Amino acid sequence: MSILRMSKTLIKNLLHGPFTIAYPLKKKETYERTRGSIGISIDDCIFCGMCERRCPTNAIRVDKARVSWSIERLQCIQCGYCTEVCPKKCLDMENQYTEPSFGTVRDVHIKCTNTQSPSES
Amino acid sequence: MGNRTIVPFGPQHPVLPEPIHLDLVLEDETVVEAVPRIGYVHRGLEKLVEKRDFQQYTYVAERICGICSFMHGMGYCMSIESIMGAEIPDRAKFLRTIWAEFSRLHSHLMWLGLLADAFGFESLFMQSWKLREEVLDVFEETTGGRVIFSVCDIGGVRKDIKKETLEKILGVLDRMEKELTEIAGVFLNDSTVKLRTRGVGKLSKEAAFELGALGPMARASGIEMDMRTQGYAAYSQLDFKPIIDLEGDSYARTKVRLGEMFQAMDLIRQCIGKMPEGDIKVKITGSPKGEYFTRLEQPRGEVLYYVKANGTKFLDRVRVRTPTFANVPALLETLKNCSLADVPILILTIDPCISCTER
Ligand code: SF4
Ligand code: SF4
Repeated sequence: MSILRMSKTLIKNLLHGPFTIAYPLKKKETYERTRGSIGISIDDCIFCGMCERRCPTNAIRVDKARVSWSIERLQCIQCGYCTEVCPKKCLDMENQYTEPSFGTVRDVHIKCTNTQSPSES
Repeated sequence: MGNRTIVPFGPQHPVLPEPIHLDLVLEDETVVEAVPRIGYVHRGLEKLVEKRDFQQYTYVAERICGICSFMHGMGYCMSIESIMGAEIPDRAKFLRTIWAEFSRLHSHLMWLGLLADAFGFESLFMQSWKLREEVLDVFEETTGGRVIFSVCDIGGVRKDIKKETLEKILGVLDRMEKELTEIAGVFLNDSTVKLRTRGVGKLSKEAAFELGALGPMARASGIEMDMRTQGYAAYSQLDFKPIIDLEGDSYARTKVRLGEMFQAMDLIRQCIGKMPEGDIKVKITGSPKGEYFTRLEQPRGEVLYYVKANGTKFLDRVRVRTPTFANVPALLETLKNCSLADVPILILTIDPCISCTER
């Protein structure tokens, strides 16, 4: 009967239960390639500014004098171009997204160059 | 003859999340004329080419549309490659074809869901989108993104697909094909669904040709036009034929799109079977100089890319003519003499993508 075409699918669905993931209780697995957010190993960075110049959204700021590297999280589009152009390969694409937020978020990383322990600086 | 009434449709309408506005001139319940207005989501992406160099613009081109993102990136990259005379490796061509066909699959599945939603068949909508989720998972696994992939690059592709993943994809396709056959049966044979689509919004072959309809819209009216037959990417090495139908109504358009989904699965299988080994990218040096037109087949029809480069890092002009834009005149034609209740379905059957139309 042509009006009961959907019944088989519907009965299968009833028996199966939800196909969606019960989110806060269960998290979706990420894949190895999932583009979540940009991470940096600041100790390897030479502050050449390549990532800043190439980033299509101008999300990255590099300050050689202050040895700081910072990224505007909401401006970054997770394209991964910076990870490709970095000569030291110190940027990488992490699988996890950053926390949701209401305002702009600038993550600043400063390389520790003095010999004192970080707590004193 | 009754009085004429004008009913505004959109820019915000429950049936489609995209902003298009139509003034529907009604006589009783019948539409006699529709006047479209767009311009609500113009983002100036073509202008942006002056501020971003040609390599950065790859990422911008992809973001023209959220559904055919891969094919926009591909069209742009193909234009630059042609200007620079770069021949991309064979493996890259096949990888591009796989992603392009998966994009078609996901776009058509989304459209099926929206169509079901438009005639109020909620569970069919959920079924289509459930299937689409599997395609998005394949995208996430192979490219890292679910909607924007950032894998197409000038000179090839950025990421390879491993052999195990390709085998996994074959498994996913088999599973999907079974489920899609089931819901395709509902779309094509269920009598309530047929009541809403059969004979609604007829577009004759002549009218489709005159009005410049493209893609599934033209093919459902019997025009055999599919840019993939030009043989860009790996299509020249694959075996396929454009799917056409002669009826030209909403039912025919549904049928053509369903046929294209099965065809996409078949093309992906062919690609995986014929996939050559080797590099995925050639190195590009220097800046492009010259101009080029690229035509390729997106899920919604033919997209046209025009790129003009002057030998510096910044391009002079990028122009994109998207398929929805070309399909609007055909839509207005189908709207004439339809009843008000059919308007949402008719607008959906051109598979409108307003964001990419306005760029
Ligand atoms: S490109 Fe790499 S090394 Fe250079 S500033 Fe950026 S992160 Fe540091
Ligand atoms: S991922 Fe792209 S947008 Fe984000 S910081 Fe890197 S280059 Fe910029």
